[in-house]
Amino acid sequence: MKTLKPGLRLKSAVCATEIMVIRAPSLDAVLACGGTEMLGMAEAAPAGGAILSANHAAGTLIGKRYVDALDRVEVLCTRGGDGSLSLDGVAMTVKQAKALPSSD
Amino acid sequence: MNIAILLDMAADTWPTRTAVCCSGQSLTYEELRRLAAGTARRLRDCGARSLAFLDLNGPAAAVALYGAARAEVPHVPLNYRLSRGEIESLLRRLDEPLIVAASSQLEGLRLPADAQLTHSEALLREAPGQVAPVHAIEHDPDAIAVQLFTSGTTGAPKAAVLRHAHLSAYVLATVEFGSAGEDEAALISVPPYHVAGVAALLSSTYAARRMVILPEFDAAAWLELAAVERATQAFLVPTMLGRIVGQLQLSGEVPPSTLRAIAYGGGGMPGTVIERAMRLFPAVDFANAYGLTETSSTICLLGPEDHRSALASEDSEVRARLGSIGRPLPAVEVQIRDEAGNALGAGRHGLVFVRGAQVSGEYRESGSQLDADGWFGTRNRGWIDEAGYVFLDGRADDVIVRGGENISPGEIEAVLREHPAVYDAAVFAIASEEWGEAVGAAVVPLPGRNVTTVELQDWVRARLRGSRVPERVMLCDQLPYNDMGKLLRRELRREFGG
Repeated sequence: MKTLKPGLRLKSAVCATEIMVIRAPSLDAVLACGGTEMLGMAEAAPAGGAILSANHAAGTLIGKRYVDALDRVEVLCTRGGDGSLSLDGVAMTVKQAKALPSSD
Repeated sequence: MNIAILLDMAADTWPTRTAVCCSGQSLTYEELRRLAAGTARRLRDCGARSLAFLDLNGPAAAVALYGAARAEVPHVPLNYRLSRGEIESLLRRLDEPLIVAASSQLEGLRLPADAQLTHSEALLREAPGQVAPVHAIEHDPDAIAVQLFTSGTTGAPKAAVLRHAHLSAYVLATVEFGSAGEDEAALISVPPYHVAGVAALLSSTYAARRMVILPEFDAAAWLELAAVERATQAFLVPTMLGRIVGQLQLSGEVPPSTLRAIAYGGGGMPGTVIERAMRLFPAVDFANAYGLTETSSTICLLGPEDHRSALASEDSEVRARLGSIGRPLPAVEVQIRDEAGNALGAGRHGLVFVRGAQVSGEYRESGSQLDADGWFGTRNRGWIDEAGYVFLDGRADDVIVRGGENISPGEIEAVLREHPAVYDAAVFAIASEEWGEAVGAAVVPLPGRNVTTVELQDWVRARLRGSRVPERVMLCDQLPYNDMGKLLRRELRREFGG
């Protein structure tokens, strides 16, 4: 369980995925990747080594944003990996960005 | 989120893609990241608490921006066009700076006692072998990323503060990661000390787009570079677009065929210029990107479809939208308020307020200017039409108070610019014994067209209330703009206002 707030960065315990929380109400939740709770950037992987769960292996893509089913929490994938993201056990989905004309 | 992460993501994914090219030099995304890491180390080693950048735009500006971000010290690009004395006084306002400057910029400059110095060319040399990606390091999203001195058209320059959270919110809300195709190139001709210059670097990085930098703008050089580098898009201030249009008309050249999109902003665009540009570049998507330094650049956008439908429309309301700043970005709210702070509905004129995660509204000296609900007062006057398009009337400071009646220069300028013989027009307060202030206008006729001041006064009288008719109209060859295309109304007031 971690307190999710914007700016928080987490890494997967089972794959290369790294994310940053973009939007969240101050919320205690289990943000998992590949079926195992994600770690703080400075946290060491638990001894014994968790493995990627086959039910959470759809993968993450760098630059994609993922939201939970209730659209409360949004994260940005800053590094892709083999696991897929879930919040309190429910899969997070890719948020479709609306294309804007270039302004710079 | 630290803006250096944007570069890390691009370098992780497309290490060998060209990031920046300029005057024969070029850097890949991986090289840019390595050099930024080198600059961050240099900043930490010398204990500097800010990076002052004093050079033309080029690869070193990108290295300085991301290097300062990695070291978590403010990047402070300075306007090299200012006088030596003005630059010295800005440098004295910085916290133990490392000054990164071109040798040519240092002549005759007296540096503060606590300043350290390095040449901008040095930023493009040393690079450490192994780079720890910045996303493996803890960073404070509320640290200051960039400090920009506003142009000071209304007084002494103010130090606007943009934190990592503001700039990254802007980029994440407007750019899809890695959305640029391999063939895309953005032609950047705005200076590094302007918010549009900062936004151009960040947006192109996150899109993984090749940046082609033109350090000193010149219309012929811009057209040549666009053709040689096969530029697909560009950002221009109105003065630049006006000169490019003039150059094409003069030479009869065809515009570069690779160009797909031109965004413009930084000052009011004369209707005649954008209409001519759209006819000269029929295949190009034009976008008016309106923003402020204090809002991390663009907050409102008039998109390509809006441009085309306005130009083609017979409906005067739709046509008028070409003179609007478009609609707020999806992550930005705009509100019009009266002097007492009450929100006003569509069609009502008042003060323009803006809110969103990219809005900083903060200055180094005076702190945050946001109200309790997070709104920032832009000090511009304007209104919103029924369809949500935002129109600006001008700065609140420019309002003419004629016998107790508030008159915004913008609406009179818009009417004057519609006159078939008028190229450009500016309206400002002149002293009046009878009214306190009265309406003055400076008008630039189109080359070869004759127009009298009486004709122009009649033109306004036929379209607006009598109090809006300029008491004096001065015909002139050009209006005073600063180098970013902002009209210097105070100069007009000084010259004609007495």
